[in-house]
Amino acid sequence: MASKNDPFQFQEFDEAGDLLEANRDATTISIDDEDVKPQKQSTATGFSSEADTEDPLANDDQAELLSGQKKSPSFWSFEYYQRFFDIETHHVKERIIGSMMPWPRKNFINVYLRRNPDLYGPFWICTTLVFATAISGNISSFLAHKGKRDYKYTPEFRKVTIAATIIFSYAWLVPLAVWGFLLWRNNKMVNLVSYAFMEIVCVYGYSLSIYIPAVVLWILPFNWLSWCTIVVALCLSGSVLVLTFWPAVRDDHPRVMIAFLSVIVLLNILLAVGCKTYFFTIPGNKTVTPTNSTT
Amino acid sequence: MAASEEASRPFAGLSDVSISEDIPVEGDISVPVGPSRRDDEFSTLDEPVKDTIMRDLRAVGNKFIHVLYPKRSSALLRDWDLWGPLLLCVTLALLLQGGAADHEDQGGPQFAEVFVIVWFGSIIITLNSKLLGGTISFFQSLCVLGYCIMPLTVAMVVCRIVLLVSSGGIIFAVRLVVVMASFGWSTFASTAFLADSQPPNRKALVVYPVFLFYFVIAWMVLTYSP
Repeated sequence: MASKNDPFQFQEFDEAGDLLEANRDATTISIDDEDVKPQKQSTATGFSSEADTEDPLANDDQAELLSGQKKSPSFWSFEYYQRFFDIETHHVKERIIGSMMPWPRKNFINVYLRRNPDLYGPFWICTTLVFATAISGNISSFLAHKGKRDYKYTPEFRKVTIAATIIFSYAWLVPLAVWGFLLWRNNKMVNLVSYAFMEIVCVYGYSLSIYIPAVVLWILPFNWLSWCTIVVALCLSGSVLVLTFWPAVRDDHPRVMIAFLSVIVLLNILLAVGCKTYFFTIPGNKTVTPTNSTT
Repeated sequence: MAASEEASRPFAGLSDVSISEDIPVEGDISVPVGPSRRDDEFSTLDEPVKDTIMRDLRAVGNKFIHVLYPKRSSALLRDWDLWGPLLLCVTLALLLQGGAADHEDQGGPQFAEVFVIVWFGSIIITLNSKLLGGTISFFQSLCVLGYCIMPLTVAMVVCRIVLLVSSGGIIFAVRLVVVMASFGWSTFASTAFLADSQPPNRKALVVYPVFLFYFVIAWMVLTYSP
């Protein structure tokens, strides 16, 4: 009987990852989150039947937190997003440190995410980077022009909007493109490794965390220091990304693989160098920022 | 014998008693009810307008005092209101106007930008706290975050007064100290209310966005240049 069912059992193993992902809150109990998850599951199953029947009249907080621990909550409900915040302080710390130190055999997604991608890290790292870039750029332009006679300090608040657009589109649109590309290649050839969209967003978000100290270091008006930090930050974050996506395209056509990995690295370089040139002024050079130009 | 007869029929001796019609018997049987809270809410139409306004103003002022001396009390949490945050946000946005008026592009934050940062920032921090499993409700958290902007608004007033005098290096150091002190006060006051609603292994995850929020507002206050 078991041997006759072999083809089905094989497929189950292949799709175990996806199954686990969809029903994560129903079936998995990982060793790390022993404290948090069983509690959530026990309270959820206790209250879910009540919350279903008297949903409109129930207290707002209770209904949101405890109702509907169904198999897959709808995309428009609160619970759908709550499972991406099922994370603790030390998890976030480990992931940030792991994104700064690439290790040849360690894949960020397998080692650190462990099927538990979170939205907290990418979102707050991007926000911090936006404000760090804008503020550091402002300080560096102030330091660069300090002695000049007709320089008037302005807070340059518009740059926050520009920085936010650049960084958030890098952190969300590029993972979308990468995910679409991997999906397309997976249709062409069977691959054992497939990443969910949230995991790719997570990797990109955490890989930006190395730029926060780099951006703060760019305030200091030393040219050599700036370029050193750019190179170091690019190497670290680029290699984290490459090491993560290498197993996904390893079995593919070599040209496709090289093109894909080099596009990832190129976009990373573009982001870093672009931010550096646009927001920061190097003392002694003409400033790139349009302060006095009449357009 | 008479006693046993009387005992067999209770109230038998009373059958002879009659109330003469001369004695006036009147009174009020209703039970006197003290003024309950629900009665008050129904009858606020009758009170003078000054009472209505003063009640809300007193509540707002009470919460300001609780921000000044942040101890663990339920005044901000239980009776939340959004008048105070609105007042503080409008004051802060108005005070941040009028700086660096030469270059309209690269000047300070516009009125709408301050509003968006304060309100959307508060909403995002509240959503973050709720997604992480906090027990505080949406409007309570907005109320706390809004009221704790008060030290930074006070610092803004101080900075503008100080900048009227001069704008040299010493003045900048004074402004820096004032803004940093008020930033620390704001963060401490709001985490005193918000951090208790989270399990201990996620406290830092909730406190960090609050820190970032007040840091950005403090930066806007500090870099205001006339």
